[in-house]
Amino acid sequence: MKTWLCLLLLLISVLAWCAPGEITVAAASDLTFALTEVAHRFELKTGNRVKLAFGSSGNFYAQIQNGATFDVFFSADLDYPRKLAASGLAVAPTLWVYGTGRIVLWVPADSPLNLGKMGMKALLDPSVQKIAIANPAHAPYGRAAKAALHNLKLYALVRDKLVLGENISQTAQFVASGNAQIGILALSLVVAPTMKDKGTYWEIPADSYPSIEQAAIIPTAATDKTLARAFLDYVRTPEAQAILREYGFQPPPETK
Amino acid sequence: MNWQALALSVKLAFVVSVVLFVIGMPIAYWIAYSRWRWKFLVESVVALPLVLPPTVLGFYLLVAMGPRSPLGRLWLRAFGHSLSFTFEGLVVASLIYSLPFTVQPFAAAFRSVDQQLAQASATLGVSRLLTFARVTVPLSYAGIITGLVLSFAHTLGEFGVVLMVGGNIPGVTRTVSIDIYDQVQSLNYVSANQTALLLLAVSFLTLSVVYAVNRKVWAL
Repeated sequence: MKTWLCLLLLLISVLAWCAPGEITVAAASDLTFALTEVAHRFELKTGNRVKLAFGSSGNFYAQIQNGATFDVFFSADLDYPRKLAASGLAVAPTLWVYGTGRIVLWVPADSPLNLGKMGMKALLDPSVQKIAIANPAHAPYGRAAKAALHNLKLYALVRDKLVLGENISQTAQFVASGNAQIGILALSLVVAPTMKDKGTYWEIPADSYPSIEQAAIIPTAATDKTLARAFLDYVRTPEAQAILREYGFQPPPETK
Repeated sequence: MNWQALALSVKLAFVVSVVLFVIGMPIAYWIAYSRWRWKFLVESVVALPLVLPPTVLGFYLLVAMGPRSPLGRLWLRAFGHSLSFTFEGLVVASLIYSLPFTVQPFAAAFRSVDQQLAQASATLGVSRLLTFARVTVPLSYAGIITGLVLSFAHTLGEFGVVLMVGGNIPGVTRTVSIDIYDQVQSLNYVSANQTALLLLAVSFLTLSVVYAVNRKVWAL
């Protein structure tokens, strides 16, 4: 009996050693399409498995604080990874700004508004009853949207029309379903395959809001830090960066 | 502590309980006494909100309220604005969401009333409606209070559906559960804890009332 148990244990450890590694990556929902593709390429290249969990950065932050064992955390901003690093919950030197997000005006395909002609003035059109933005209290894209509205002297004029999505994907849902006539969304979302044909977008001038720097970090509780580092290194390669750019993420300000 | 959100939630829960009382009575009566063969289908529809994830229900409602659905278009034409992102929209959503919590206790209570009493009332020439009001309802007291309090409490703690159709407008659709969620997301854990604790206390109190009534603590 004992021998068998030993053999079984030996077998399991050999299998575990041979089997490819697996990491779990928590990522902000605006990365849904871009990172799925990047992770897929990484899997094909290295034979390792990448499990992706998409959601709100704030939720992941709270989960990591409470002991979640993600191997890499891609936040939609710089604050959450910084806070994790400061409190020792993430490995500070692994903090890396992987890109900057852009915000756009977006209307459904059947909208009478011509964004190309009207630009930001589309928000003031009488046909617009509700304007969807992400919640500025915690969503980075919402913060940028509010800042842009302020800087372009539109905030006071549209404040009563604003409806807040919990995250940028839900904000998109408000507009795509026609309940809000126009929305301020992430560029990465509106160029994604599922949204591309559903409406038109107009890029909000980048100088009207503070840049949305987005950073990744490896949490201290990561189960496989080596593989996590390998994955981050892959995201840095020109091949992966090209995918990110294709989905509307501008390259990071300084590439190390 | 966001008192505005709490007040809004209480108002929503109150309105929903009152409306559910009115529409829940006939539905529960029908479910309790109908002998229709396909009654189970209606019972299943009434119970659906118990099973469906609130976000799914919320998504269906969002699409139904939007200008691309016939219902949404009809409402838009009649009132000039969409039902989504309004207090009325939340009321409609909560009515569907909390319906089983009213109808099921009502129906169970009606069913347990001794039918000989209702028959006696009928032989004395009293109409069905009056029999219902004077015999069935008084004997179903505990079940009716349970249904009302449960729908109130359930609406008070509603989250997913409100998130999907509300749009988080302060004083209009930002309910207490949404406010707590926002506080947590913004890392204001202390404030979130305070509001959550208050919600917990209110919920405990309401549920205690239900069980006290059922145990006839006050001999109603």
